[in-house]
Formats: sequence, C-alpha cells, structure tokens
Amino acid sequence: MRLNRSLGLKLIGVAAAALMLAACATTPKSTASASGAGTAQAAPSTHPMASAIIPGSEADLVKNVGDRVFFAFNKSSLSPTARATLQRQAAWLKAHPQVTIRIEGNCDERGTQEYNLALGNRRAHAAKAYLVNLGIASSRITTISYGKERPVALGHNEAAWAQNRNAISVVTSASSS
Amino acid sequence: MTFRRPTPWPLGVFLALLAFALFAAAAPAEAALQININRGSLNPMPIAISNFDATTPAMTETGANIASVVRNDLGSSGLFRPIAPAAFVQTPAAMRVTPNFGDWRAINAQALVTGLAEMTPDGRLHVEFRLWDIYSNQQLVGFQYFTTPENWRRIAHLVSDAIYKALTGEEGYFDSRIAYVAETGPYGRRATRIAIMDEDGANNRYLTGDRHLVLTPRFSPNQQEITYLAYINNRPRVYLMNVATGQREVLGDFPGMTFAPRFSPNGNRVIMSMSLQGETNIYTMDLRTRAITRLTDDAAIDTSPCYSPHGNHIVFTSDRGGSPQIYIMNADGSNPHRITFSEGDYETPAWSPKGNWIAFTKIYHGTFYIGVIHPDGSGERLLSESFLDEGPTWAPNGQVIMFWRETPGSGPQGQGTHVRLWSVNLSGYNLRQVVTPTDAEDPDWSSLGSVNTSAGSGG
Repeated sequence: MRLNRSLGLKLIGVAAAALMLAACATTPKSTASASGAGTAQAAPSTHPMASAIIPGSEADLVKNVGDRVFFAFNKSSLSPTARATLQRQAAWLKAHPQVTIRIEGNCDERGTQEYNLALGNRRAHAAKAYLVNLGIASSRITTISYGKERPVALGHNEAAWAQNRNAISVVTSASSS
Repeated sequence: MTFRRPTPWPLGVFLALLAFALFAAAAPAEAALQININRGSLNPMPIAISNFDATTPAMTETGANIASVVRNDLGSSGLFRPIAPAAFVQTPAAMRVTPNFGDWRAINAQALVTGLAEMTPDGRLHVEFRLWDIYSNQQLVGFQYFTTPENWRRIAHLVSDAIYKALTGEEGYFDSRIAYVAETGPYGRRATRIAIMDEDGANNRYLTGDRHLVLTPRFSPNQQEITYLAYINNRPRVYLMNVATGQREVLGDFPGMTFAPRFSPNGNRVIMSMSLQGETNIYTMDLRTRAITRLTDDAAIDTSPCYSPHGNHIVFTSDRGGSPQIYIMNADGSNPHRITFSEGDYETPAWSPKGNWIAFTKIYHGTFYIGVIHPDGSGERLLSESFLDEGPTWAPNGQVIMFWRETPGSGPQGQGTHVRLWSVNLSGYNLRQVVTPTDAEDPDWSSLGSVNTSAGSGG
C-alpha cells in the first residue's frame, strides 16, 4: 500500500517534470522534480502507465489541466493566470465528480521556515477557496503546507524561487493510483 | 569556608553527581583576574589547563581527556586562549600542592587550571580541580566531583562552567545540550531526523527515524521532553516526545495544522500556531488539563511564539501590519504591540534567558541577518549576515546565540548546498561553525545541567 503510494508520487513527479520541460525549455533548472525518479524520457520504460493517460487521473490533471498555480513573493493572492488555471481545475473536477484532491502550498527559501509554513497554508487555502467558490464541494479538497521544505526547483535564484511559490493540486482519490 | 553544595542537580538513576567546593589556599581573590564579557574576543585571556593528575594509566588518560574537553570548551567561547600543552614546564604531579607560579608566568599564562582524577574504592570517579591566578599567586576557585566513570565528559563541562563563571562573572553554558534537525540526502529531497548532542557536539544521537518530515525540535525546561512538528499521514501536527523512552503523542486534537511549538518556562504549557482556513493563530495548551486557549484571533499570520523567561509575556511574528514583524503580548493575549519598525522583515523571535534581549531573523533586500533587540524595541544590533541565516536560539547564560546557515551550492540543481549550525557571541564576536555529523538546521539550546538519562557514552 505504502509502496504503491510512493510509486504513484514518483510518477506524478516525472509527469510534472515533463510538463515543465515542455512549458519552459529555456529554463532547464525547473525540470528538477522532488521525485528524483529520472528524466522524462526514462519514464515510459519504468512505468507503462505514464504513457496512457486515464481521464480523471493525476497525469490527466497535470498534462491537460494544469496542476499548479504560482504566487508573488510573500503573497497569496491569485493572479489572472492562476485564476484561469483554477477555473480549468474546477471544470475538470466537475467532470470527474469522484476525484478528491489535496492542495499543497509551498514557498521559496527567502523567508523563515515557520512563517513559510503559515504562508504555504494561506496559499493552499486561497486556491481551495477559489475552487469552492466555483462550486466544488469543500469536502473534496484538503490542504497542506510544506513551507519551504519541498522545493520543486533547486537553484538559488529568482527563476527557481518563482517555481517554488506555488499551490499544487494532487489527486488523492483511489482512481489516481 | 564551609562545604558548599551547589543547587541540587536533578539526578538520574545512573548519574550520581556530587560537587563540593575545595578549600582555597588563600582567601578568594576579588576580581583580580576578570574578563569583561562585553568586550568580545579581541583579547582572549591566555589560560593554561594542565592535564589532571592521576596515579594509574586509566586515570591518566581520563585526566588528559578532561583537560582536553575543558580547553576546547573555553577556547570555543572566544573569551579564552588555551595555551598549547607543549609549552608547559611543570608536570601535573609536580603541582599537587601548589604550582610554581613563575613557571606559568614565563609562558604568559594569566590563569592556570590544575586537577586530579582518581577512582574511589567503591568504583566512582573522583575529580577535583583548582583555578589559579598566576599574578596574585592564589586559588580563585576549586571544586570536587563524584560520579560514575562514564560521566567524565559532564564533569569536564562542569569544570569549564566553574572556570567561566569565576573569570567572567556570568554562568557558564558548557553543561548543556542542543536539539536540532539532522539532514541527509540530496538538497531538495532531504531526509530529516530529530537529533540531540552535547553543546560541544559529543554524544550525538537521533531521536526519530527519517521516514517522516520532522521540524523545529524544542526542549522542555528539564530536557526530559521535546516538542516538534512531524508530518505523519499527511497530517502535520505538533508532537510531544519523551527523550528517554522515545514515546510520542500528538498534542491536542486540532482541526488544522499545528506547528512552531515551544514550552513555557515552567514546562506546564506548550504554545504553538494553528492554521485553519488560511489563517494562522496562536494557541497555548495546558499539558496537565489538556485545555487549549486561543491567544490571537485575526486573519493574519501569527506564529513563532516564545514566552518571556518569567512566562508573563509572549513574543511572536505577525504580518497583521502587512509584512512579518515582531510583536509582544501579555500571556493571556492582551495588549499586543509591535516592537520592530526598521526596514525589512523580522521573524523567529527568541527571548533571551535573562529577559533583556530578543533575538530574531531579519530579511532585508534579499540578505538574512541574525540580530537582537530589547523588548521595548530599542537597541537593535545585527550579529551575523549571509545568504540565509535563520532561527536563533540562546545559550542558557544568554551570552551566545546559535542559528542555522544555508550556504548555497553553485550547481544549477543546488548541488553543493549545505546547511549547518553556527554560533556567535552576543558581543558580535566569535562567529563559528558548530560541528555536526551531517547537515543540520533548527537548533534549540537546552537549559543548563539537568538529566540526560542516556548520558554515559563518555567517549
């Protein structure tokens, strides 16, 4: 059970890395993923599910919807881009009513750990509140904050920090694994 | 002078530690030899610490080990410069009664430490030491201790503390411990463990495995418990752990994430933050009744709470004014008021054990600083500066601050990034890295003395 979940997370990481590689080919730093599962090219051979995207799955959310929104330094307000992403997430959640998600709030390393734990909560809640406003049941969404403990991009520069100020939606319902 | 027994130590089953003052050869010298602690380390006092005298090979080794730990302790304070033993003329045995002060003046020692280590017939370790003023030719202080042989390191730290106190007028801090988060694995995917070690880095051990993300360990005043944040089953909550047994429990049944815990000075309460619906407020829990009291109630972030030494005030971080700043309120939550008004963000306040300073992390124009400010908002001073300095904690005597520093790696994926513990004196001098077996962050400095029931691995 735990092994499966961990594999699932790795797969998500690979998919996220692939998406970011496609999205911003000029900043290879952002391809770093917390999974460390290898390169995007290696993914299909390590797990056959990576190539066949199931509707309502985490991979579907990542590839076809957009699983994360980004924030300005020390801020939790939603930009127009972030709102557009969340609107797509809301439509997708309505299309897949069995899906539940966890929104993970993250911060860059330019604040202290404890303040960032609170700020990550604020970011995750901002994303959740927007989805609930769009008609998604609050009970389908949990939130968590990792503060600055789970950076997606590992460089020590603004390009990396911008990637790390985020709220990432992760599918938690059974259909994701 | 009569036999004087210091404040009783809380004694563990395996740790019977007795200390007695030794008769002075002459009346104690009044401030003949004194270090002004506020003057920093520009002129550390040259001090000769002789190996402790012994009559068996085993005790000779113990006596040398004790002297070595004392040299390291005093040298690390930045206030003393232990003279290399190679320069010593007199042997330990030659000084059994009184040293030949001229021999020590010749190598420019201002103070001299002599001692004795022996086994008692009932198998206990007996250690005594004397601190001498080389210029007035008299004993400043002397103590003797009885304990189990494995505890020689604690004896050495007690000797260091006694010397420090005799020469600075301040309590020492060497018989204390550090709790911290040990980090292993590549940057960005670090595995974390709660660790504790002696103040000088010895006796390092891990209190948790590395399966869960754990953060912010904080000692109870008697060091028997640690409260910390753990992410278990995607529920980040404040936990309480018994250091001796490893037994742990979640503190309270909070609907949201709890974090940033600290004990109250009397150990009866844990104060912490809880985030719910994006708002973060401060709560305190009575550990006996488990009653929870909410102390702040606003839409802002209120976190990093820390009691004043007498428990009647609480300092914390809040961004209710638009940016993170430091506020103080009464212990019941009344009268919150801001104390930091300079440019920049101010976070992680830590009230000094003496009550007269609050240490903080300051972030200004992308640089991190460790600094101190008086509780009334006056006297701000910055003690360190780097790419990322964070999370000050006070030595029990309020004279030294430890924090953690991230040194960024040059690799595009952060390769080469390191996180280590550092300390700096309140004077701003003596910035130095604290030795840890792995990368380390989030230090918490214990109170002085107390029980470490697993103590004894003296090597």
